[in-house]
Amino acid sequence: MLESYVPIFVMIAGGVIFGVVMVKLNEWFGPHRPNDEKLSTYESGMEPIRSARERFSVKFYMVAMLFILFDIEVVFLYPWAVSFKQLGLGGFVTMAVFIFVLFLGYFYVWRKGALEWD
Amino acid sequence: MDLYTIAFYLFAVITLVSASIVVFSKNIIYSAFALLFAFFGVAGLYVLLMADFIAVTQLMIYVGGILVLVLFGVMLTTRVINVDMRTGTIQTLPAVLIVAALAGTLVGVFWTTDWRIMPAFPGFEKTAPRIGELLLTSYLLPFEIASVVLLVALVGAAMIARREKKAS
Repeated sequence: MLESYVPIFVMIAGGVIFGVVMVKLNEWFGPHRPNDEKLSTYESGMEPIRSARERFSVKFYMVAMLFILFDIEVVFLYPWAVSFKQLGLGGFVTMAVFIFVLFLGYFYVWRKGALEWD
Repeated sequence: MDLYTIAFYLFAVITLVSASIVVFSKNIIYSAFALLFAFFGVAGLYVLLMADFIAVTQLMIYVGGILVLVLFGVMLTTRVINVDMRTGTIQTLPAVLIVAALAGTLVGVFWTTDWRIMPAFPGFEKTAPRIGELLLTSYLLPFEIASVVLLVALVGAAMIARREKKAS
């Protein structure tokens, strides 16, 4: 009954093992000759000027909030998509109405400037 | 122990350990990241309960969405590192009474409920296509109302975003 999930477990296990093994192999077999420059924070060749641990802009939060709403929309699309053929034209029209209502919201958000970064 | 039981205990341990890190960790960042594994463990438990659609929803909404929101919320706070999260204990007697009543109720419900143990389905049925069919036929009105609810949430989010913009 759960056999269909075996590929997912294999993939998760493979991802974890690959990530851990690669980092650990590098740590065990790689040369260690640290100096001050090497141990400083990598900042694309620039001198790091201050701590990275500072407040993030509230704009990130706004984008994340809008993202969740469209994420929920995708969750509704998923059961429709997997039974698309059985539902036929009726399902398509229903989903079109659903998408249209959300498109109104998207258009409103766009016109209000909530998608602008500044 | 068969594979199913091992998988159940694995996910249960992941969920409980992560959840206790969320509660007991002194570092708010560790709490936020431990929440990721707690959500993930719950998704695994949903899979074991053969609720595959809910498991996908859990991964998409909670791990993919809510957690990002929580992390941004943490990073928006002034001092991310070295936040002094010392909490005091006040109102001990009322707290003990309320917790005892709550715990008693929960344990009472647990013991008095007639738990139906269903045999596992021999053939695993995917729930998502079935949910899709019902959603777009029998439960059409709630489905369309959900889009209106999402529309209202979008409008609200746009209002908040716009006000923040004006303030800054």
